[in-house]
Amino acid sequence: MQGDAMKYTMGRQYFDGLRYGAPFMFMVVPFSILFGVVATEAGLDLLQTMVMTMLVVAGASQFAAIQQMVDNAPVVMVLATAFAVNMRMAMYSASLVPYLGKAKLWQRALVAYLLVDQSAAVANDKFEKEPDMPIPLKIIYLMGVLTPIVPVWFLFTLIGALVGSSIPDGFGIDFAVPLTFIALFAPMLKTLAHVAAAATSVVFTLLLSFIPYGLGLIVAAVIAMAVGSLVEVWMARRQVP
Amino acid sequence: MITMPDSTVWLVIVLLGVGTFLIRFSFLGLIGDRDLPPWILRALRYTPVAVLPGLVAPLVLWPAATNGEPDATRLVTAAVTLAVGMITKNLVAGILSGAGAFYLMTWLVG
Repeated sequence: MQGDAMKYTMGRQYFDGLRYGAPFMFMVVPFSILFGVVATEAGLDLLQTMVMTMLVVAGASQFAAIQQMVDNAPVVMVLATAFAVNMRMAMYSASLVPYLGKAKLWQRALVAYLLVDQSAAVANDKFEKEPDMPIPLKIIYLMGVLTPIVPVWFLFTLIGALVGSSIPDGFGIDFAVPLTFIALFAPMLKTLAHVAAAATSVVFTLLLSFIPYGLGLIVAAVIAMAVGSLVEVWMARRQVP
Repeated sequence: MITMPDSTVWLVIVLLGVGTFLIRFSFLGLIGDRDLPPWILRALRYTPVAVLPGLVAPLVLWPAATNGEPDATRLVTAAVTLAVGMITKNLVAGILSGAGAFYLMTWLVG
Protein backbone atom coordinates (compact mmCIF):
# COMPACT_ATOMS: atom_id res chain seq x y z
CA MET A 1 0.00 0.00 0.00
CA GLN A 2 2.67 2.39 1.10
CA GLY A 3 4.76 1.48 -1.94
CA ASP A 4 1.82 2.23 -4.21
CA ALA A 5 1.23 5.58 -2.54
CA MET A 6 4.90 6.44 -3.01
CA LYS A 7 4.80 5.40 -6.66
CA TYR A 8 1.73 7.52 -7.23
CA THR A 9 3.41 10.52 -5.63
CA MET A 10 6.57 10.02 -7.68
CA GLY A 11 4.55 9.68 -10.88
CA ARG A 12 2.67 12.78 -9.97
CA GLN A 13 5.81 14.78 -9.28
CA TYR A 14 7.31 13.65 -12.58
CA PHE A 15 4.15 14.70 -14.40
CA ASP A 16 4.07 18.07 -12.60
CA GLY A 17 7.66 18.68 -13.63
CA LEU A 18 6.89 17.64 -17.20
CA ARG A 19 4.06 20.15 -17.33
CA TYR A 20 6.30 22.99 -16.18
CA GLY A 21 9.06 22.00 -18.59
CA ALA A 22 6.89 21.50 -21.69
CA PRO A 23 6.54 25.16 -22.81
CA PHE A 24 10.33 25.47 -23.00
CA MET A 25 10.28 23.15 -26.01
CA PHE A 26 9.19 26.11 -28.09
CA MET A 27 12.54 27.78 -27.48
CA VAL A 28 14.70 24.64 -27.27
CA VAL A 29 13.66 23.37 -30.70
CA PRO A 30 14.66 26.42 -32.81
CA PHE A 31 17.72 27.10 -30.62
CA SER A 32 19.04 23.54 -30.99
CA ILE A 33 18.35 23.39 -34.74
CA LEU A 34 20.28 26.65 -35.03
CA PHE A 35 23.21 25.21 -33.11
CA GLY A 36 23.32 22.13 -35.33
CA VAL A 37 23.27 24.38 -38.41
CA VAL A 38 25.90 26.83 -37.11
CA ALA A 39 28.26 24.10 -35.88
CA THR A 40 28.24 22.17 -39.15
CA GLU A 41 28.45 25.40 -41.21
CA ALA A 42 31.54 26.30 -39.16
CA GLY A 43 33.11 23.00 -40.15
CA LEU A 44 32.44 20.55 -37.29
CA ASP A 45 31.44 17.09 -38.48
CA LEU A 46 28.27 15.36 -37.28
CA LEU A 47 30.03 13.36 -34.56
CA GLN A 48 31.88 16.41 -33.18
CA THR A 49 28.67 18.44 -33.13
CA MET A 50 26.73 15.74 -31.27
CA VAL A 51 29.48 14.89 -28.78
CA MET A 52 29.88 18.59 -28.01
CA THR A 53 26.14 19.01 -27.46
CA MET A 54 25.85 15.90 -25.26
CA LEU A 55 28.95 16.63 -23.15
CA VAL A 56 28.44 20.37 -22.72
CA VAL A 57 24.60 20.71 -22.69
CA ALA A 58 24.90 24.51 -22.62
CA GLY A 59 23.82 26.20 -25.86
CA ALA A 60 25.14 29.70 -25.32
CA SER A 61 28.66 28.51 -24.48
CA GLN A 62 28.63 26.09 -27.41
CA PHE A 63 27.84 29.00 -29.75
CA ALA A 64 30.59 31.05 -28.07
CA ALA A 65 33.13 28.23 -28.49
CA ILE A 66 32.24 27.82 -32.19
CA GLN A 67 32.58 31.59 -32.72
CA GLN A 68 36.02 31.63 -31.05
CA MET A 69 37.17 28.61 -33.08
CA VAL A 70 36.03 30.27 -36.31
CA ASP A 71 38.05 33.35 -35.24
CA ASN A 72 41.04 31.02 -34.86
CA ALA A 73 41.54 31.81 -31.15
CA PRO A 74 43.98 29.61 -29.21
CA VAL A 75 42.44 26.71 -27.27
CA VAL A 76 42.90 28.48 -23.93
CA MET A 77 40.86 31.46 -25.12
CA VAL A 78 38.13 29.30 -26.71
CA LEU A 79 37.72 27.60 -23.34
CA ALA A 80 37.95 30.80 -21.27
CA THR A 81 35.21 32.49 -23.30
CA ALA A 82 32.89 29.48 -23.12
CA PHE A 83 33.51 29.09 -19.38
CA ALA A 84 32.84 32.80 -18.86
CA VAL A 85 29.46 32.32 -20.54
CA ASN A 86 28.82 29.31 -18.27
CA MET A 87 29.82 30.94 -15.00
CA ARG A 88 26.15 31.66 -14.35
CA MET A 89 25.78 27.90 -13.85
CA ALA A 90 27.82 28.30 -10.67
CA MET A 91 25.05 30.60 -9.47
CA TYR A 92 22.38 28.01 -10.32
CA SER A 93 24.45 25.37 -8.58
CA ALA A 94 24.67 27.56 -5.47
CA SER A 95 20.94 28.33 -5.63
CA LEU A 96 20.04 24.61 -5.48
CA VAL A 97 22.32 23.86 -2.50
CA PRO A 98 19.68 24.70 0.15
CA TYR A 99 17.29 22.18 -1.46
CA LEU A 100 19.56 19.44 -2.81
CA GLY A 101 22.78 19.89 -0.81
CA LYS A 102 21.98 16.75 1.22
CA ALA A 103 21.13 14.55 -1.79
CA LYS A 104 23.36 11.56 -2.60
CA LEU A 105 26.55 12.33 -4.51
CA TRP A 106 25.36 10.62 -7.72
CA GLN A 107 22.10 12.55 -7.55
CA ARG A 108 23.93 15.85 -7.18
CA ALA A 109 26.24 14.88 -10.06
CA LEU A 110 23.21 14.07 -12.26
CA VAL A 111 21.50 17.36 -11.38
CA ALA A 112 24.77 19.19 -12.10
CA TYR A 113 25.22 17.58 -15.52
CA LEU A 114 21.68 18.57 -16.47
CA LEU A 115 21.67 22.04 -14.89
CA VAL A 116 20.22 24.53 -17.41
CA ASP A 117 18.69 28.00 -17.13
CA GLN A 118 15.07 26.83 -17.26
CA SER A 119 15.35 23.88 -14.89
CA ALA A 120 17.21 25.95 -12.30
CA ALA A 121 14.57 28.68 -12.42
CA VAL A 122 11.57 26.34 -12.29
CA ALA A 123 13.06 24.09 -9.63
CA ASN A 124 13.96 26.99 -7.36
CA ASP A 125 10.44 28.32 -7.73
CA LYS A 126 8.88 24.95 -6.82
CA PHE A 127 11.29 24.02 -4.00
CA GLU A 128 10.93 27.42 -2.38
CA LYS A 129 7.15 26.91 -2.22
CA GLU A 130 7.41 23.32 -0.97
CA PRO A 131 10.41 23.12 1.34
CA ASP A 132 9.19 19.88 2.98
CA MET A 133 9.27 17.89 -0.26
CA PRO A 134 11.54 14.83 0.22
CA ILE A 135 14.79 14.92 -1.78
CA PRO A 136 13.99 11.91 -4.06
CA LEU A 137 10.75 13.60 -5.08
CA LYS A 138 12.61 16.84 -5.82
CA ILE A 139 14.99 14.92 -8.09
CA ILE A 140 12.05 13.21 -9.85
CA TYR A 141 10.34 16.57 -10.28
CA LEU A 142 13.51 18.04 -11.78
CA MET A 143 13.83 15.12 -14.20
CA GLY A 144 10.24 15.81 -15.28
CA VAL A 145 11.11 19.45 -15.99
CA LEU A 146 14.19 18.38 -17.96
CA THR A 147 12.53 15.70 -20.09
CA PRO A 148 11.09 18.15 -22.67
CA ILE A 149 14.34 20.17 -22.60
CA VAL A 150 17.52 18.07 -22.70
CA PRO A 151 16.54 15.08 -24.93
CA VAL A 152 14.76 17.54 -27.23
CA TRP A 153 17.95 19.67 -27.33
CA PHE A 154 19.96 16.59 -28.43
CA LEU A 155 17.44 15.44 -31.05
CA PHE A 156 17.00 18.80 -32.73
CA THR A 157 20.73 19.55 -32.70
CA LEU A 158 21.04 16.35 -34.73
CA ILE A 159 18.31 17.50 -37.12
CA GLY A 160 19.95 20.94 -37.45
CA ALA A 161 23.33 19.32 -38.10
CA LEU A 162 21.86 17.09 -40.81
CA VAL A 163 20.06 20.02 -42.45
CA GLY A 164 22.93 22.46 -41.90
CA SER A 165 25.31 20.76 -44.31
CA SER A 166 22.81 21.38 -47.12
CA ILE A 167 22.38 25.14 -46.44
CA PRO A 168 24.52 27.16 -48.88
CA ASP A 169 27.12 29.65 -47.59
CA GLY A 170 26.30 33.36 -47.38
CA PHE A 171 22.73 32.87 -46.20
CA GLY A 172 23.22 35.41 -43.39
CA ILE A 173 23.68 32.53 -40.95
CA ASP A 174 26.74 34.37 -39.57
CA PHE A 175 24.40 36.72 -37.74
CA ALA A 176 22.30 33.93 -36.22
CA VAL A 177 24.68 33.63 -33.27
CA PRO A 178 24.74 37.28 -32.11
CA LEU A 179 21.00 37.47 -32.75
CA THR A 180 20.36 34.46 -30.50
CA PHE A 181 22.58 35.88 -27.75
CA ILE A 182 20.71 39.20 -27.80
CA ALA A 183 17.38 37.35 -27.64
CA LEU A 184 18.76 35.34 -24.69
CA PHE A 185 19.88 38.24 -22.52
CA ALA A 186 17.23 40.86 -23.47
CA PRO A 187 14.52 39.30 -21.23
CA MET A 188 17.00 39.40 -18.31
CA LEU A 189 17.26 43.22 -18.41
CA LYS A 190 14.50 43.67 -15.86
CA THR A 191 16.15 45.97 -13.28
CA LEU A 192 18.40 49.03 -13.43
CA ALA A 193 21.20 46.89 -12.00
CA HIS A 194 20.89 44.37 -14.85
CA VAL A 195 20.82 47.15 -17.46
CA ALA A 196 23.87 48.80 -15.84
CA ALA A 197 25.77 45.49 -15.87
CA ALA A 198 24.88 44.90 -19.54
CA ALA A 199 25.90 48.43 -20.57
CA THR A 200 29.18 48.14 -18.64
CA SER A 201 29.87 44.83 -20.34
CA VAL A 202 29.38 46.36 -23.81
CA VAL A 203 31.41 49.53 -23.13
CA PHE A 204 34.39 47.74 -21.56
CA THR A 205 34.48 44.93 -24.13
CA LEU A 206 34.66 47.55 -26.90
CA LEU A 207 37.25 49.65 -25.02
CA LEU A 208 39.36 46.56 -24.32
CA SER A 209 38.93 45.02 -27.78
CA PHE A 210 42.64 45.63 -28.49
CA ILE A 211 43.38 42.76 -26.09
CA PRO A 212 43.38 39.61 -28.26
CA TYR A 213 41.09 36.55 -28.15
CA GLY A 214 38.31 37.72 -25.91
CA LEU A 215 40.46 38.29 -22.84
CA GLY A 216 39.04 41.83 -22.75
CA LEU A 217 35.57 40.26 -22.53
CA ILE A 218 36.46 38.44 -19.34
CA VAL A 219 37.89 41.60 -17.74
CA ALA A 220 34.78 43.49 -18.85
CA ALA A 221 32.50 40.78 -17.41
CA VAL A 222 34.14 40.99 -13.99
CA ILE A 223 33.77 44.81 -13.97
CA ALA A 224 30.14 44.46 -15.14
CA MET A 225 29.33 41.98 -12.33
CA ALA A 226 30.76 44.42 -9.81
CA VAL A 227 28.73 47.30 -11.31
CA GLY A 228 25.54 45.21 -11.24
CA SER A 229 26.12 44.33 -7.58
CA LEU A 230 26.89 47.91 -6.61
CA VAL A 231 23.82 49.31 -8.38
CA GLU A 232 21.66 46.66 -6.69
CA VAL A 233 23.00 47.59 -3.24
CA TRP A 234 22.62 51.30 -4.03
CA MET A 235 19.01 50.85 -5.22
CA ALA A 236 18.11 48.80 -2.13
CA ARG A 237 19.58 51.48 0.13
CA ARG A 238 17.62 54.25 -1.60
CA GLN A 239 14.33 52.46 -0.93
CA VAL A 240 14.99 52.41 2.81
CA PRO A 241 14.35 55.95 4.17
CA MET B 1 35.33 28.12 -41.20
CA ILE B 2 37.23 26.38 -38.41
CA THR B 3 40.78 25.75 -39.58
CA MET B 4 42.24 24.13 -36.45
CA PRO B 5 43.22 20.45 -36.75
CA ASP B 6 40.67 17.78 -35.84
CA SER B 7 42.61 16.72 -32.75
CA THR B 8 42.46 20.31 -31.41
CA VAL B 9 38.71 20.46 -32.03
CA TRP B 10 38.29 17.23 -30.04
CA LEU B 11 40.48 18.62 -27.26
CA VAL B 12 38.26 21.72 -27.06
CA ILE B 13 35.07 19.61 -27.00
CA VAL B 14 36.26 17.31 -24.19
CA LEU B 15 37.76 20.09 -22.02
CA LEU B 16 34.65 22.21 -22.55
CA GLY B 17 32.45 19.31 -21.41
CA VAL B 18 34.56 18.54 -18.33
CA GLY B 19 34.98 22.18 -17.33
CA THR B 20 31.29 22.99 -17.76
CA PHE B 21 30.38 20.01 -15.59
CA LEU B 22 32.79 21.21 -12.88
CA ILE B 23 31.21 24.69 -12.95
CA ARG B 24 27.74 23.15 -12.54
CA PHE B 25 28.94 20.70 -9.89
CA SER B 26 30.91 23.37 -7.99
CA PHE B 27 28.55 24.42 -5.22
CA LEU B 28 26.25 21.39 -5.28
CA GLY B 29 29.13 18.96 -5.21
CA LEU B 30 31.87 20.47 -3.12
CA ILE B 31 30.23 23.02 -0.88
CA GLY B 32 27.22 20.88 0.00
CA ASP B 33 24.96 22.74 2.39
CA ARG B 34 27.41 25.33 3.70
CA ASP B 35 26.37 28.97 3.31
CA LEU B 36 27.93 31.36 0.81
CA PRO B 37 28.84 34.99 1.41
CA PRO B 38 25.97 37.17 0.12
CA TRP B 39 28.28 39.35 -2.01
CA ILE B 40 29.35 36.30 -4.03
CA LEU B 41 25.74 35.26 -4.63
CA ARG B 42 24.90 38.82 -5.62
CA ALA B 43 27.76 39.05 -8.13
CA LEU B 44 26.97 35.61 -9.58
CA ARG B 45 23.43 36.78 -10.31
CA TYR B 46 24.82 39.20 -12.90
CA THR B 47 26.97 36.72 -14.81
CA PRO B 48 24.69 36.27 -17.85
CA VAL B 49 24.10 40.00 -18.37
CA ALA B 50 27.80 40.72 -17.73
CA VAL B 51 29.03 38.24 -20.34
CA LEU B 52 26.51 37.96 -23.19
CA PRO B 53 26.19 41.68 -24.15
CA GLY B 54 29.98 42.06 -24.28
CA LEU B 55 30.28 38.91 -26.36
CA VAL B 56 27.75 40.27 -28.85
CA ALA B 57 28.80 43.94 -29.10
CA PRO B 58 31.83 43.53 -31.43
CA LEU B 59 29.93 41.01 -33.59
CA VAL B 60 27.17 43.61 -34.08
CA LEU B 61 29.40 46.66 -34.60
CA TRP B 62 32.22 45.08 -36.57
CA PRO B 63 30.76 41.99 -38.33
CA ALA B 64 33.22 39.65 -40.01
CA ALA B 65 30.82 39.22 -42.95
CA THR B 66 31.36 42.89 -43.94
CA ASN B 67 35.09 42.81 -43.14
CA GLY B 68 34.51 44.69 -39.91
CA GLU B 69 32.58 47.61 -41.43
CA PRO B 70 29.47 48.65 -39.43
CA ASP B 71 26.42 47.60 -41.42
CA ALA B 72 22.85 48.95 -41.24
CA THR B 73 21.22 45.52 -41.62
CA ARG B 74 23.01 44.07 -38.62
CA LEU B 75 22.53 47.18 -36.45
CA VAL B 76 18.78 47.26 -37.13
CA THR B 77 18.50 43.50 -36.56
CA ALA B 78 20.26 43.80 -33.20
CA ALA B 79 18.07 46.76 -32.13
CA VAL B 80 14.84 44.97 -33.10
CA THR B 81 15.87 41.74 -31.32
CA LEU B 82 16.85 43.65 -28.17
CA ALA B 83 13.64 45.71 -28.10
CA VAL B 84 11.30 42.77 -28.76
CA GLY B 85 13.19 40.61 -26.25
CA MET B 86 12.97 43.27 -23.55
CA ILE B 87 9.28 43.96 -24.15
CA THR B 88 7.99 40.40 -24.60
CA LYS B 89 10.56 38.70 -22.29
CA ASN B 90 10.38 35.84 -24.75
CA LEU B 91 13.41 34.22 -26.40
CA VAL B 92 11.57 32.85 -29.42
CA ALA B 93 9.80 36.18 -30.10
CA GLY B 94 13.21 37.89 -30.01
CA ILE B 95 14.82 35.40 -32.39
CA LEU B 96 11.93 35.40 -34.87
CA SER B 97 11.55 39.20 -34.99
CA GLY B 98 15.33 39.55 -35.34
CA ALA B 99 15.37 37.05 -38.21
CA GLY B 100 12.45 38.89 -39.80
CA ALA B 101 14.25 42.22 -39.48
CA PHE B 102 17.44 40.72 -40.94
CA TYR B 103 15.78 39.38 -44.08
CA LEU B 104 13.60 42.47 -44.51
CA MET B 105 16.67 44.73 -44.28
CA THR B 106 18.65 42.49 -46.64
CA TRP B 107 15.79 42.72 -49.13
CA LEU B 108 15.45 46.54 -48.73
CA VAL B 109 19.14 47.49 -48.63
CA GLY B 110 20.43 44.65 -50.76
